Amino acid sequence: MVSGLINENPIVYEIKERRDVRAYSSNTDELSVDAIDQLEVFDILFVRLSNSKALCRTKIGIVLVILNICSAHHIRDIKDPEHPYSLEQLKVLTEDSVEVDDTKSHVRVTFTPTVEHCSMATIIGLCVRVKLMRSLPSRYKIDIRVAPGTHATEAAVNKQLNDKERVAAALENPNLVEMVDECLSPSFE
Amino acid sequence: MDLMEKNMELIEVQKLEGHTDRVWNAAWNPVSPILASCSGDNTVRIWEQSSLSRSWSCKTVLEETHTRTVRSCSWSPSGKLLATASFDGTTAIWEDLGDEFECISTLEGHENEVKSVSWNASGSYLATCSRDKSVWIWEVLGGNEYDCASVLNGHTQDVKMVLWHPTMDVLFSCSYDNTIKVVWWSEDDDGDYQCVQTLDESTNGHSSTVWAISFNAAGDKMVTCSDDLTLKIWRADISMMHSGEGYAPWTHVCTLSGYHDRTIFSTHWSSDDIIASGAGDDAIGLFVESKQHDSVNGPSFNLLLKKEKAHEMDINSVQWSPSKENRLLASASDDGMVKIWQLETIP
Repeated sequence: MVSGLINENPIVYEIKERRDVRAYSSNTDELSVDAIDQLEVFDILFVRLSNSKALCRTKIGIVLVILNICSAHHIRDIKDPEHPYSLEQLKVLTEDSVEVDDTKSHVRVTFTPTVEHCSMATIIGLCVRVKLMRSLPSRYKIDIRVAPGTHATEAAVNKQLNDKERVAAALENPNLVEMVDECLSPSFE
Repeated sequence: MDLMEKNMELIEVQKLEGHTDRVWNAAWNPVSPILASCSGDNTVRIWEQSSLSRSWSCKTVLEETHTRTVRSCSWSPSGKLLATASFDGTTAIWEDLGDEFECISTLEGHENEVKSVSWNASGSYLATCSRDKSVWIWEVLGGNEYDCASVLNGHTQDVKMVLWHPTMDVLFSCSYDNTIKVVWWSEDDDGDYQCVQTLDESTNGHSSTVWAISFNAAGDKMVTCSDDLTLKIWRADISMMHSGEGYAPWTHVCTLSGYHDRTIFSTHWSSDDIIASGAGDDAIGLFVESKQHDSVNGPSFNLLLKKEKAHEMDINSVQWSPSKENRLLASASDDGMVKIWQLETIP
């Protein structure tokens, strides 16, 4: 039977070693490469945090937790609908893809489909949205988009992914929900 | 009376809890103190105000009819019938029998989710619209019979809302295709409904999905709201249409932008000319026409007040009560609540 896969030979990247959250918070070595990565992301958020140092530390803590839910262990592990690799391994999602503003309760995830004409883009986007909806507090506003310039019908895909009514109707479709749950289920390797 | 010169506040009168999923729409009965709300929990709740205590409570739950989300509900002009549109592809017609509501008819035909339903001013026609891109017009016959009078396929995408004009049998629809279409009966070609106007970006229209439409009481002005984060005001010379001189086109008056930073899902024009908006930023906006009439640029609208965090999540629907007694506003949200507000002057 001829394979109907859209992306038959995905490039599989080596994933970063998982940072231990607890180790990070006690790690004061700010010169290590990993810490700078994390700090870069926090820099974006630092601008929006209040001046109080104590408040900052708490808010970083909250953001760190949220980021970990988002990027470290959860959405990066979403499986690609077509292959037994995670979205992180296929470089569809990286830490940089996640923008969090806790004070505004806003999250934006930008993902890069593996193939420009990927019709799986809407499914991937839906999976990311569902994962975030299930993980984040209900006050969060979630925006999902494909990385600019990486998809042929980017505007159309983005519009669908961010139309709340369309998403709600799609999630009432049992076949679609089953596919999403499959992609979101943890793989035991 | 110039509202802008007074200190106005939107006071929460009551929070109506009961729905177990997001509430998509709320609709006031035109003749009695009754409010209907519909939800992702597949039910419709009927709330009634007690004449003694003045508080609202859930009188009945319309369930086990729709098998999916009930997206919108609309009372007939007589107040005796309630139409409910559902993602299950059907529109149910319910009759208020006093103690309970009975589903007297089910309109089928749409290929997928029905998004909105609207009665015309005389209650002789119904319109529905769907993600299947079509708008259906139904004739209300006697004996609980409804007949499909026309199927319109003008929109190129999911149609979000349909609304009949308050005084004429002219039908408006707005869509994911970013346009608003105006349809009316034409005697040409054996008589059928024709699209007489499309309001799109080229006519100062919206640049993203249009979610809702609302008319002022006179029907010569209209407000629309969109995913493009704006509200737009339009007007038409309807006296021309009333006198039979033919169709008078709608023209853009002004655009209200910068008030909401998330999709505006709903807007409603009150009988005393206050425009309410409800958006994904959890806020309710109230706007009034400016007294300064600029003869060059035409009327403009100002923000009367913005109620931040009116709900804990997106607001899907805002509706002014038809009651003349006080300025009551109902809001429905993703947080599962329906809230009743009163607009008051603060001394």
